[in-house]
Amino acid sequence: MHEIINLNENLFETDVEKETTRKGVSEGLLLAGQADPRVVVLTADLADSTGVGEFRNKFPERFIDVGVAEQNLVTVASGLASAGKIPFASSYAVFNPGRNWEQIRTTICYNNQPVKIIGSHGGVTVGADGASHQMLEDVALMRVLPRMIVLSPCDAIETKKAIIESAKIESPVYIRTDRDKTPIITSQVTPFEIGKARIFFKPKVGIRADVGIIATGPLLYEALLVAKELSEKGKNVKVLNISTIKPLDRDAILLLAHEAKALVTVENHQIAGGLGSAVAECLATEYPVPIEFIGVHDAFGQSGTPAELIKHYSMTKKDIIQAVNKVVLRKN
Amino acid sequence: MINEDRVTELKKISNEIRKSLISALAEAGSGHTAGALDMADIFTALYFHLLKHNPKDPLWADRDRLVLSNGHICTVQYSAMAHAGYFPVSELKTLRKFGSRLQGHPWREFLPGIETSSGPLGSGLSQAVGMAIAGQIDTGNRRAISSRRPVQKTIYCLMSDGELNEGNTWEAVMLAAKEKLGNLIAIIDKNGIQIDGFTKDIMPTDSIADKFRSFNWYVEEVDGHDIKAFIDLVEKIKTAVASVAPEMRKPVAIIAKTIPSKGVPEWEGKYEWHGKAPTKAEAEMAIKGLK
Ligand SMILES: Cc1ncc(C[n+]2csc(CCOP(=O)(O)OP(=O)(O)O)c2C)c(N)n1
Ligand SMILES: [Mg+2]
Repeated sequence: MHEIINLNENLFETDVEKETTRKGVSEGLLLAGQADPRVVVLTADLADSTGVGEFRNKFPERFIDVGVAEQNLVTVASGLASAGKIPFASSYAVFNPGRNWEQIRTTICYNNQPVKIIGSHGGVTVGADGASHQMLEDVALMRVLPRMIVLSPCDAIETKKAIIESAKIESPVYIRTDRDKTPIITSQVTPFEIGKARIFFKPKVGIRADVGIIATGPLLYEALLVAKELSEKGKNVKVLNISTIKPLDRDAILLLAHEAKALVTVENHQIAGGLGSAVAECLATEYPVPIEFIGVHDAFGQSGTPAELIKHYSMTKKDIIQAVNKVVLRKN
Repeated sequence: MINEDRVTELKKISNEIRKSLISALAEAGSGHTAGALDMADIFTALYFHLLKHNPKDPLWADRDRLVLSNGHICTVQYSAMAHAGYFPVSELKTLRKFGSRLQGHPWREFLPGIETSSGPLGSGLSQAVGMAIAGQIDTGNRRAISSRRPVQKTIYCLMSDGELNEGNTWEAVMLAAKEKLGNLIAIIDKNGIQIDGFTKDIMPTDSIADKFRSFNWYVEEVDGHDIKAFIDLVEKIKTAVASVAPEMRKPVAIIAKTIPSKGVPEWEGKYEWHGKAPTKAEAEMAIKGLK
C-alpha cells in the first residue's frame, strides 16, 4: 500500500518555512480546549515560553499557574484528572519531567491518570541558556515509565496534532518540544496517529533502500536532507519519522530493518535511553542489524548557537552521512 | 559602621557593574536583565566589602561562600567578579557564547569562584545549608557544647522571590532552623516579579518575613539599593551571632526590597525585562543614563 503523506511542498527549498513547536502546542490546546470542556492547562510560571499563554487568554477559568513549583504542577494535575479533567501540564523538560519524575511515576502513571506532560526546550538547540536548560534525558525518563506514551513530534504542525490526539486518549502522555523555530516538514493533511511511524523519504518505486534512517523530532529535517543528497549520488536511503517513541511502531522498524539491513538513528537527546536504545531493544530480539547512533554521547550541552551546538555534538548532516557510510560497511 | 567615603566609592563601583552587565547582555543578545540590575548594589556590597575572598585564589579554603541560587541573574555576578579582579572585564563580552566560561547559567566547572552551578530554581538554599552544616562540623559548633566558638566562614545564599514557590526551598528552610545555622545568611531579592507577571498575581508570597520567622529564622528587611544600610545590617548580624552560644543561633534571612531593572528608569518595575536582553541601542541609552 502506498500511503500519500503530503509533506510540506517547500521542504527542500532553502527558504523552507520555520516555526516554533510551541506554536503547535498553542494551536493544539486551543482546538482541544474548544472540542472538550474537560481540557485544563497548568504551567509553572512558564506560560508564554512553553506555548500555553493563548489558552490562558481564551479559557482563563480552565488555566492554573502554580508558580515555580514543578512537583506541585504534576501532582495537582493528577488530582484534576482524578476528578474528571484532562490536564495538560507544561514547563521546560528539564524540570517537567526532570525535577518531578517521581511524582509523575506515582501520582500519574501508577495511579493511571490521563495527565499530559508537555516538556519544552528539549535538546542542545536551546542554545545560549546553556546546559542546565538543555534537556537531553527526558525521553529516557519517560520511556521507562509503565503506561506513559512518549511523543516527539518533528515540527509545529505535527505538535499540534500530537496535542489534539493526546487529549482524546485515556492515558498519560509525554510530549517533547523544542525551543527555537524549526523547519516545517509536514503539512496540515499529513496523516498522524499516536503509535504509528511513517516513511518520509524513500527511493524510487522498486528500488531497495541501502540504509534506513530512523529519526525523531526536528532533527528529522537533517535526516531528510541527507537522504535527498545521497539519493542524488545514487545511494538509496529511506527515512522513517518516529513521532511516537513509545509505544514504538515495531512493524515499521522491522520492515525497514529487513529491507535496508543497516540503520542510523537520529535524535537530539542522550544516546543512552533514547530513540536509538528503543530501536536497538526492538531489533535485538527480532532481527538484529548494524545500527549507528546520532545523538549526544554521555555529555552535557553548553551555551552557544543551536548551529554551533549541533555541530559540536556531532548531529549535523555531515555526521549523519558519515554514520550512513559507516553502517553500510558493517553490513554482512 | 561603614564610613561615608567608602559608601560613595561602592556606589561608583555598583554603577560600573551595572554598565558592564548591560553591555554584556546586549553583546550576548539574550539573557536576564531585571534581576541582574536590581541586585547590583548587593553584589557590590558583597564582593567589595563583606565577602572574605581572594579573586587571585578563588578556591582559597577559608573563603566565605556565595551561592547564587537564582542563577539566571548571573550576569551581575560575572560583572562583579570581573570588576573585583577574578577575570578581565573584557571577557564579559563572551557571555553566553560558544566556548565561553560565562555560560548562560553559571556552570561551576567553567569558572573558578562559582561555588555551584545553578539556573534551575529552588535548589541553592539546600546546597548552602549543606555547606553551612559542613562549616559547623569543622568548627565544632555542631557538638552539644556551650562554649562560644566563632563562626569561621559565612555562607551567603542569594535567592529570588520567585523561587520561594519551590517546595525544595522550604525543605531547606526547615532544616536550616533545626540545625541552628548561625553561619548561614540567605538574601532574598524581593523585586515582586517572576516570568509570567508580578509575584502578587502569579504566586503571592507575602509575608515573606512572617513565613521565615514562623520557621524559626532570624529575619531582617532592608532596602536592597541602600548599600550602607545593607552592609551595616550584615555586620550587626554577624556580631550578634558571634555573641550567642551555638545552640541559640538561628539562620538569617535578609529580605532585600528591590526595584526590577534598578538604574534604568525606562525598564524599572517591568516584569517584561525578566528574560530579555537590551538591543545595542537600548544598552547605549541605558549606559548614558548611568553616568
Ligand atoms: C526549577 C525551575 N523552574 C522554572 C525555571 C524557569 N524560570 C527562570 S527564572 C523564573 C522566574 C522566577 O522568578 P524570579 O526568580 O523572582 O525572577 P526575577 O525576579 O529575576 O525576574 C522561572 C520560572 C527555572 N529556572 N527553574
Ligand atoms: Mg523576582
